[in-house]
Amino acid sequence: MKNLLSVQEQLQSGKRKVTDICEEYLQTIKETNSEVNAFVSVDDEDVRKQATNIQQKIDAGTAGKLAGMVIGVKDVICEKGKKVTCASHILHNFESVYDATVIKKLKNEDAILIGRTNMDEFAMGSSTENTIYGPSKNPANSDFVVGGSSGGSAAAVAANMCDTSLGSDTGGSIRQPASYCGVVGLKPTYSRVSRYGLVAYASSFDCIGPFSKNVTDAAILLEHLAGDDPMDNSSSAKPVENYSEAVAESSGKLKIGVPKEYFGEGLDDEIRQGIEDRLKELEKDGAELVPVTLPHMKYGIATYYILATAEASSNLARYDGIRYGHRADFEKIEEELSLERKELKKAAGTSTALEAADIDSPLIRLYKKSRTEGFGTEVKRRIILGTYVLSAGYYDAYYGKAQKVRRLIKQDFLDAFQQVDVIVSPTAPTTAFKLGENQDDPLQMYLNDVYTISANLAGICGISVPAGTHSNGLPYGVQFMGNTFHEVDILRAAKQFESLQS
Amino acid sequence: MPTIANEKYEAVIGLEVHAQLLTDSKAFAPVSSEYGGAPNTQVTPLCLGHPGTLPVLNENLVRYTIKMGLATNCKVAEKSIFARKNYFYPDLPKGYQISQYETPICYDGHIHIELDDYDKRIGLTRIHMEEDAGKSIHDQDPYHTLIDLNRAGTPLIEIVSEPDIRTPAEAYEYLKKIKQIVQYLEVCDGNMEEGSLRCDANVSIRPRGQEEFGTRTELKNMNSFRNVERALTYEIERQIDLVESGGEVVQQTLLWDPNKLETRQMRSKEEAHDYRYFPEPDLPPIIVTSDLLDEIKEELPELPDVRFERFVKDLGLKEDDAEILTESRYLADYFEEALDILDDPKAIANVVLTEVLRVLNEKSISILDFSITPERLTELIQLKKDDKINSSAMQSIFNEMLENGESPLELAKKMNLIQVSDSGFLEPIIEDVIESNPDEVKRYKEGKKALIGFFIGQVMKESKGKANPKLVRELISKKLELN
Repeated sequence: MKNLLSVQEQLQSGKRKVTDICEEYLQTIKETNSEVNAFVSVDDEDVRKQATNIQQKIDAGTAGKLAGMVIGVKDVICEKGKKVTCASHILHNFESVYDATVIKKLKNEDAILIGRTNMDEFAMGSSTENTIYGPSKNPANSDFVVGGSSGGSAAAVAANMCDTSLGSDTGGSIRQPASYCGVVGLKPTYSRVSRYGLVAYASSFDCIGPFSKNVTDAAILLEHLAGDDPMDNSSSAKPVENYSEAVAESSGKLKIGVPKEYFGEGLDDEIRQGIEDRLKELEKDGAELVPVTLPHMKYGIATYYILATAEASSNLARYDGIRYGHRADFEKIEEELSLERKELKKAAGTSTALEAADIDSPLIRLYKKSRTEGFGTEVKRRIILGTYVLSAGYYDAYYGKAQKVRRLIKQDFLDAFQQVDVIVSPTAPTTAFKLGENQDDPLQMYLNDVYTISANLAGICGISVPAGTHSNGLPYGVQFMGNTFHEVDILRAAKQFESLQS
Repeated sequence: MPTIANEKYEAVIGLEVHAQLLTDSKAFAPVSSEYGGAPNTQVTPLCLGHPGTLPVLNENLVRYTIKMGLATNCKVAEKSIFARKNYFYPDLPKGYQISQYETPICYDGHIHIELDDYDKRIGLTRIHMEEDAGKSIHDQDPYHTLIDLNRAGTPLIEIVSEPDIRTPAEAYEYLKKIKQIVQYLEVCDGNMEEGSLRCDANVSIRPRGQEEFGTRTELKNMNSFRNVERALTYEIERQIDLVESGGEVVQQTLLWDPNKLETRQMRSKEEAHDYRYFPEPDLPPIIVTSDLLDEIKEELPELPDVRFERFVKDLGLKEDDAEILTESRYLADYFEEALDILDDPKAIANVVLTEVLRVLNEKSISILDFSITPERLTELIQLKKDDKINSSAMQSIFNEMLENGESPLELAKKMNLIQVSDSGFLEPIIEDVIESNPDEVKRYKEGKKALIGFFIGQVMKESKGKANPKLVRELISKKLELN
């Protein structure tokens, strides 16, 4: 299978040039992006400049370890001098003044950053439909969604517009679209990859991770993303393992936990059957399947939507139209306010009534309007929810309780990992759904993350690997979850699973 | 100005003091937090609230806070966390302030204050770390509010007292003590007028003898020690008048108006913010190891109370003198530097408390900006001790030393002030003086011995201040007795 190692061999021998690889990808983007809508911006000239520069380094023998890899970047990760919009109107004109740590690392290793990918606004969503750029469409069938929120990154890899891409995973936003698009998607252990430069949605959940066409590339890319970062106090100081070497080795006898809670009601029958068949094959290969139980997983979605929205309500407070981003028309606001005052005076006749009516100050109205105009429906919904659960009098009942449940969920996993190396589950209960299908039903939309969300609550790592194609023609994935900092285990399991299919 | 002389009621006061820390960089960003830069030049993307930025903890914020905690007898939490305090304001770029809420790093401390006729212990509920907001400037542009974010992220500690304070005078002494301690520790410059020390107060009244607290109001904007005392006096009086006339105190936030000398409402309880505190997910818990604690204890300077005791007991200074000398760490340091060179505490204290303090007051400068080094000062004192100069010469030389860095001995020579103890030089002058004042001589001999001062003065004048007054007295008495 073609991965970075084989590409680099060709580059070394001079059989191929990075400039050619880039041209091919630019051509594919040109041909298919209008349909798939995976990229929201691609600067051809900039890409060519990067390619020329890196080709020179290859020729001189000074190229970095990722030379030859062409990477798409989710529009939530800061790149200096580039627009970083998070697919939101409120940041539609915002340009970053600095590089995220992961971007710096990729540039240092001579990766090519080909463009910015589509996503759900501020990474809130499971379909890449909540975006000012219009929805991304599934490369397998354009009537269907790509999943989300990192849907553009998944689709870009699936549609062969780049080798790999970066996404962010807060509740399943890498793994679920990977499953829907038929690519590999990995969410590392929380704190394994620096969050500096990742626009925050829910800080105690957010993880940057790779999409790729094969497990080896995911391992290589992760190796260069991971590591301690002085710019992120929450990043881990643990040394980074050599993931690419680890996946190249045989995984030995894997103990795979099968949690019954992940194969129950709500799961598509065909997906269940497909995964079970594959697991039997793994068993034949020498893996041991062990039934495990994760009893608190059923509280995962409720817990997540309290904690993540609470953090989001605070993280998104900075988008106020004061220093950057969308600002409502202030002249109109002043007109509006004076009109309101006049109307009220007419109706009430006294100025005391005017005071009692408590019309917004111009500043408060500016905040309200800028944010009302700037944020989309789902983002507003989560800000309101998060504000509510942190409010005086409700904190203990919601936020406090949810934190306790989060600990229980984590404990479930710790217990299970006493017995097994990895835990297997479907990545999502179904294949991709139709565009627009869940737009009016947020709760149904949230259920897409039912199998992925617990890993974020527990802070553990997880990977989605293509598991097959449904009779409806759409791909679906399987998820391996590993204990914190056990990326090697899930990569090996995924690699073994991947080799079953070829 | 209203006074408090109420037999019926007593006030219950708690103070919240914010101290701006003297760390080199901001609380969570590697950029200078020094006051006075051009607007918005001391900022990083974090200070501007840019997307994707993360706070990085300045370890000195933790160390300085622990210092303050140890100096005020606080317990130090092994583990505490930061929290976000959420509210919207244009000079708060992230939309939240990083602070501490449920678990302050220091808690359960106390300090002692001294009043004219009694001492008192005031409890400290907590000391926690937080960051400052930026500055909104309303008076430089007629149409806009301008924002300067240089201050955004400057490290602060908030020191919260127990409601142990009963009078404005106690509040004044408490603040003075806090200022003294932060200055001794060098964690804050303690300048209230410039805002590096800020004070809010919670005030209520209750009938004497009642345990239960009354409804409290919160006082803000008291930007000097004097204003704290005035505002509290005003507010206590207002509450007493209100209750006496059948009214009820309403819980509210009041702003002190230092021009009108009155308080006015800022916001009522209904308008009180819901700050939606929750644990800051971007910063791990602060773990204070016993090693770190030991290290910081080692670094603690001698605190004012201890130093005062030592000055009185070991150096034999008068309590009043020791108190003035130890009020500022730097004055006490200056004094002790001089003492290291010249072992005469009383002589040095005398010059420092009179001449040095006079100059500091006249020029409104700190001892740190004082031009005469402790070395030079001791040289001057030594000249006097050696009888090389007299007191008035000492003062003249001291004044010259303020502008001139030369040694006091050189100056004394140049100014021709070296004391003359040579009787050969003095005797003709003395004889002259006796001859030209027969009346005074007569009266002296008749018993008006106090006239000796007159003769000494005349001789000093004739000698242009150079005569050794002690010797002059001796010689004159001898001469007059003989005559």
